[in-house]
Amino acid sequence: MAKYKIVHYLNQFFAGIGGEDMAGYEPECREAVLGPGLALKAGLGEDYEIVATVICGDNYFGENLDKATDTIIDMVKKYEPDCFVAGPAFNAGRYGVACGTICKAVEERLGIPVLSGMYVENPGADMFKKDVILVETGNSSATMKKVVPKFVNLIEKMCKGEEILGPSIEGYLERGIRVNYFAEERGAARGMKMLIKKMAGEPFETDLPMPKFDRVAPADPITDIKHAKIAVVTSGGIVPVGNPDHIESSNATKFGYYSMEGMDRLSKDDFMTIHGGYDRQFVLENPNLVVPLDALRKLEKEGEFGELVNYFATTTGTGTATGSAAKFGDSIGQRFKAEGVDGVILVST
Amino acid sequence: MVKGIEKYGIPVVHMATVVPISKTIGANRIIPGVGIPYPLGDPTQGEEDSYKIRERMVRRALKALQTPVDEQTVFEKDI
Repeated sequence: MAKYKIVHYLNQFFAGIGGEDMAGYEPECREAVLGPGLALKAGLGEDYEIVATVICGDNYFGENLDKATDTIIDMVKKYEPDCFVAGPAFNAGRYGVACGTICKAVEERLGIPVLSGMYVENPGADMFKKDVILVETGNSSATMKKVVPKFVNLIEKMCKGEEILGPSIEGYLERGIRVNYFAEERGAARGMKMLIKKMAGEPFETDLPMPKFDRVAPADPITDIKHAKIAVVTSGGIVPVGNPDHIESSNATKFGYYSMEGMDRLSKDDFMTIHGGYDRQFVLENPNLVVPLDALRKLEKEGEFGELVNYFATTTGTGTATGSAAKFGDSIGQRFKAEGVDGVILVST
Repeated sequence: MVKGIEKYGIPVVHMATVVPISKTIGANRIIPGVGIPYPLGDPTQGEEDSYKIRERMVRRALKALQTPVDEQTVFEKDI
């Protein structure tokens, strides 16, 4: 019997090409099984073959979404695989977005079943869970072993065209798809049971989870820019040299306020970046690439706006829990409100 | 962080390289960054040009903060 063919997608890191310094790596196709592909191969057994691995640097993908997608589609197409698998991306944000983007494109343009996996807080998860089946992983590759059986099961079903059951059974992220079925108990009985459990303080599973609309309406624009007070915030990990408050380089649990008083630009002698998610060489040389103090001072002097708040707020955005980021934002927003800040420039790397 | 601040009624312009992420997290005013390791400027073009790019982007950010929006808006070009 012919083997089922799989094409696997990896970023530069998981393919063993290199770290952040190689994140600009252009798409490449190798007829080899690499990195996490080895675990999938072992789990899948003899009837399945990873015929090729497509590799692309996360920065290259993020900065060239359309071009990278087109190139990779062409690479995948010629193998006519039965299934396309990307990642898993765990909690790597750019990688997660790349996995979701490429999976969606492969399914739409080539009509091939696709599968990826990532941590629930990966930004790629919210973006793509409706379009792509995403196996729920932990936030680091240490959880790979645990998720291999889920990947294997889903890959087998996809190759054979078998029915894929609900997210809690198969272990993928909920996609918001409703499937009708006949329940054993009628609604009134289910409702009463839930109510009794709720009153007893026990956990229960609702039939209809409410969607979470997590949006903030756009604030009104600044009307009097000549007198406006502007503040800068960044998730790019800019801190005073030596990182006095020990802000983490990944999965930050805190943020800092640092003074820019009397400065015309951020000097590399005074400021550095501790961000663990991008190649820092440029920003270490010139922190103004993230906190644009040089340009803001010039425009402030020219009267393009009222005044610059004399400090900036900063943290590291990589791998940081959305819950933490929301707390930082709330705390920063409260202070800005109290100090009469009119507008905020928030720079992310 | 963007939403945490904006909910106090202060407009926030998010300058970020990966625009789809910015949209997902719910930023309302977005300016695409130049590159992930250098969002505001392009050091590969030399310090002088890199600064000019940055100044233009900051001017655009100030414009974005003065522009009324009803929905998520990406400010691609200088206004």
